[in-house]
Amino acid sequence: MKESYDVVVIGAGPAGLASAIEAKKSGADKVLVIERDREPGGILLQCIHNGFGLHTFKEDLPGPAYAQRFIDEAASVGVDLLLDTMVMEVSEERQLWLSSASKGYFSLDAKAVVLAMGCRERTRAQIRIPGMRPSGVFTAGTAQRWVNVEGYMPGKRFVILGSGDIGMIMARRLTLEGAKVESVLEVQNYLSGLMRNYVQCLEDWNVPLHLRHTVKRVIGKNRVEAVEAVAVDEKWQFIPGTERIIPCDTLLLSVGLIPENELSKQAGVKLDPITGGPVVDQNFQTNLAGVFAAGNVVHVYDLVDYVSEAGDQAGKAAALFAQSLLTPAKKTIPVKAGKNVRYVVPHTLDPLALEKEDIVLQCRVSQPIEEDVWFEVRNENQSIVRRSDRYARPGEMVSVKLTPSMFADVMQADALTLDIYAKSEA
Amino acid sequence: MSKNEYDILIIGGGVVGSMIARWLSRYELRLLLIEKEADLCMGSSAANTAIIHAGYDPVPGSLKAALNVRGNAMYDQLSAELGFAFERPGDMVVAVGEEEWPNLLALHEFGKQNAVPDMHLFDAAEVKKREPHINPNAIGALWAGTTGIVDPFQATIAAAENAVMNGAEVLLNTAFTDFIIENKRVVGVKTTRGEMRARWVINAAGIYADAVMHKANTGKDFKITPRRGEYFVFDPADVQINNVLFPVPSAKGKGILVTTTVHGNTIAGPNAQVIDDKEDTATTSAGMDEVIAGAQKLIPSINPRFTIATFAGLRAMGNAACKTPGVNYHADFLIEVSPEIGGLINVAGIESPGLSASPAIAEYVIEVLKDAGETLIEKKDWNPIRPARPRFRELSHAQRQELVKLDPAYARVICRCENITEAEIVREIHAPIPATTYDAIKRRTWLGTGRCQGGFDSPLISKILARELKLSELEISKRGEGSNFLFRETKSVEELER
Repeated sequence: MKESYDVVVIGAGPAGLASAIEAKKSGADKVLVIERDREPGGILLQCIHNGFGLHTFKEDLPGPAYAQRFIDEAASVGVDLLLDTMVMEVSEERQLWLSSASKGYFSLDAKAVVLAMGCRERTRAQIRIPGMRPSGVFTAGTAQRWVNVEGYMPGKRFVILGSGDIGMIMARRLTLEGAKVESVLEVQNYLSGLMRNYVQCLEDWNVPLHLRHTVKRVIGKNRVEAVEAVAVDEKWQFIPGTERIIPCDTLLLSVGLIPENELSKQAGVKLDPITGGPVVDQNFQTNLAGVFAAGNVVHVYDLVDYVSEAGDQAGKAAALFAQSLLTPAKKTIPVKAGKNVRYVVPHTLDPLALEKEDIVLQCRVSQPIEEDVWFEVRNENQSIVRRSDRYARPGEMVSVKLTPSMFADVMQADALTLDIYAKSEA
Repeated sequence: MSKNEYDILIIGGGVVGSMIARWLSRYELRLLLIEKEADLCMGSSAANTAIIHAGYDPVPGSLKAALNVRGNAMYDQLSAELGFAFERPGDMVVAVGEEEWPNLLALHEFGKQNAVPDMHLFDAAEVKKREPHINPNAIGALWAGTTGIVDPFQATIAAAENAVMNGAEVLLNTAFTDFIIENKRVVGVKTTRGEMRARWVINAAGIYADAVMHKANTGKDFKITPRRGEYFVFDPADVQINNVLFPVPSAKGKGILVTTTVHGNTIAGPNAQVIDDKEDTATTSAGMDEVIAGAQKLIPSINPRFTIATFAGLRAMGNAACKTPGVNYHADFLIEVSPEIGGLINVAGIESPGLSASPAIAEYVIEVLKDAGETLIEKKDWNPIRPARPRFRELSHAQRQELVKLDPAYARVICRCENITEAEIVREIHAPIPATTYDAIKRRTWLGTGRCQGGFDSPLISKILARELKLSELEISKRGEGSNFLFRETKSVEELER
């Protein structure tokens, strides 16, 4: 007989593990996590640096240690785990087809599904770097896996394109392993990762960062021999005369992450073209009833702690759905990206849900503001809530909390809009 | 005959050399094909539009025209026998603006003279109906129903594999360095792996066919000019077109086309730049802009944002005069017994439509050999069938269940974008022509061609290759010698005794 689960979670990274644990705690009887790798933990397993858990555990943990806490808890609450297994298909009716070297090729049914497939790195092709196509052009995450998990060095002399967090962390890691990191080039005039990573991973190790620079050409037939770096203007056009050949054997790319939604698309989940992830409501439910999504599969987070929180919410909602306890929304209103905001998650919310619980809006700023700023949620011209900070940077996710005290105001709204602006502009 | 002695030796494992090997394998001959790279199909055969052209483009009367039309007609049977992906979607040459119409009619006329079947002229409404995203200024098109699309890697590997099944030998990583000439006759070749003797040597060296010829002090005036073409591959999730679409050709060539592939991706390209360096397959910023502009002339909604890969290939443009009296054409295929030295057959200047023509070229080479007095005896047990190996992602749920029962490794997905499994990879590594590099596995299985471009699978493939080939991972490469992925192990820490 075909197996049936209350909640099936796809992906045993931080979002998936948190979802499964919370689903179990919220009353779901049978909860299964499916992981394509041979171990649970997701990308945290290769993140052997510290900086994880400061928010959740008030401790500074390396990635695998952070993951282990969730792996242990999942085991203790009785979550089932299926490793080395790929989900090939999810139907609207939540039938899943699975492919597993140990269990074979089979299907199972789920009352609720949580999508937690994480994200993937943007590649050379997506940013269209011209030149030859030799060995030695890797994404930062691939290099990270090689160094930290497999135990091999994929180069001796590196240039890193993009100031994403993984790239900066790899600059430090490779330096520690005895490699030379020539420089980090960033096409924007600001950092795309966290400032703390710039300080701890580049500045402290004398790795130069060149803003408004990119790679014009990859040189080398079989293995990278050099890259041609060039300065760019504000429209990212090459500035003639600024070209410089940097000899190296490896070009690492840290040029952004994209939520991984092949399976979501196949299932019929509606995606947001800006985030690349599913359109979700305040429960992280997608357009398909009973299909939820959590973590980097929805939008790319800056800190794993927030990914785990999203997993908690999605897992809880999925468990309630599986038990027919999740109240369908009578009315939903859109949450819109306003001034200087790239996107907001959730995309829609049910105002009634605010009566009892907080709803956290998460967003990314479009352009950096290096002075005191307001993050403000409004209904047309009426301000509902605003909070301030000392700056707004694209590398850092911004949260604004709606609380039950704002329930009356939100109930009257047909839409909410989130703005980010300098206090001096107000 | 002793070791390293052959009846026929083929230099070059592109589609032309591989098809010739397959055709010759039907006869009682000792055959060897040598290829300088770590895999077959590494040159021009690998980097092109993957179209089987109908044949309205080459100059009427040229060898190119005759072999193009003949080769096209051979592909249905060939793909069925060799088990490679081939479809006939037909193509449209789209005229954008009234001024292009006369050239379109001229092309139609070429097609008639070349005896291309199933050609029609479409009006703007018909073009729009078949390709809704077409440039609104399109005024009509020339339709050719026989145009096909193919996987050139599969076609090349399958042809060579079939030759091997029928007794031919293939040596990879074996570069031609010189001829062995005795009594004004080629009697063998010197290679990076020693000397090999053969009664006939067939020069199918692609972009280097002129250099090979010159080593025998022949064909002094023959020259191959590399013409580089750059291409974009788009994500099938973002770009879906229905047709193979050409612009109306100009003096500069066939122009930048937009085509679907057997894998569902859309490809745009190529431009045409004459270059000097036969190894220069670099893409350029200006060239990529040119290709996008060309693609947008046909499909204005194409956006470079949808790019999933870019690449460049070289066309081996020769300067051989067409031998048909009265046809003034100087870039024809050159396929003949060298008039200057015995034992050498040149198959040179095979640029587009070389992929389309390749089976007809092989057939033609048989005739050349027969005309030269070679007696070819058919093998009694020649097997024309090379069965395709299963591709997990193309199967139904029920078929997958059956396959997994045969080998559980079919259920372990290694490439998560394209759903390529471990068993498929292992089978390619142990195929009649073994895949020993990352790129060899990629070309045969289509692994690593999706959105992550191998980011997730390359550490896994490196492990599988090392395990199956009994090598260290440090020895695993992208495309052969000098293209290794890894340099050394990370620092090791000595375990301290507690």
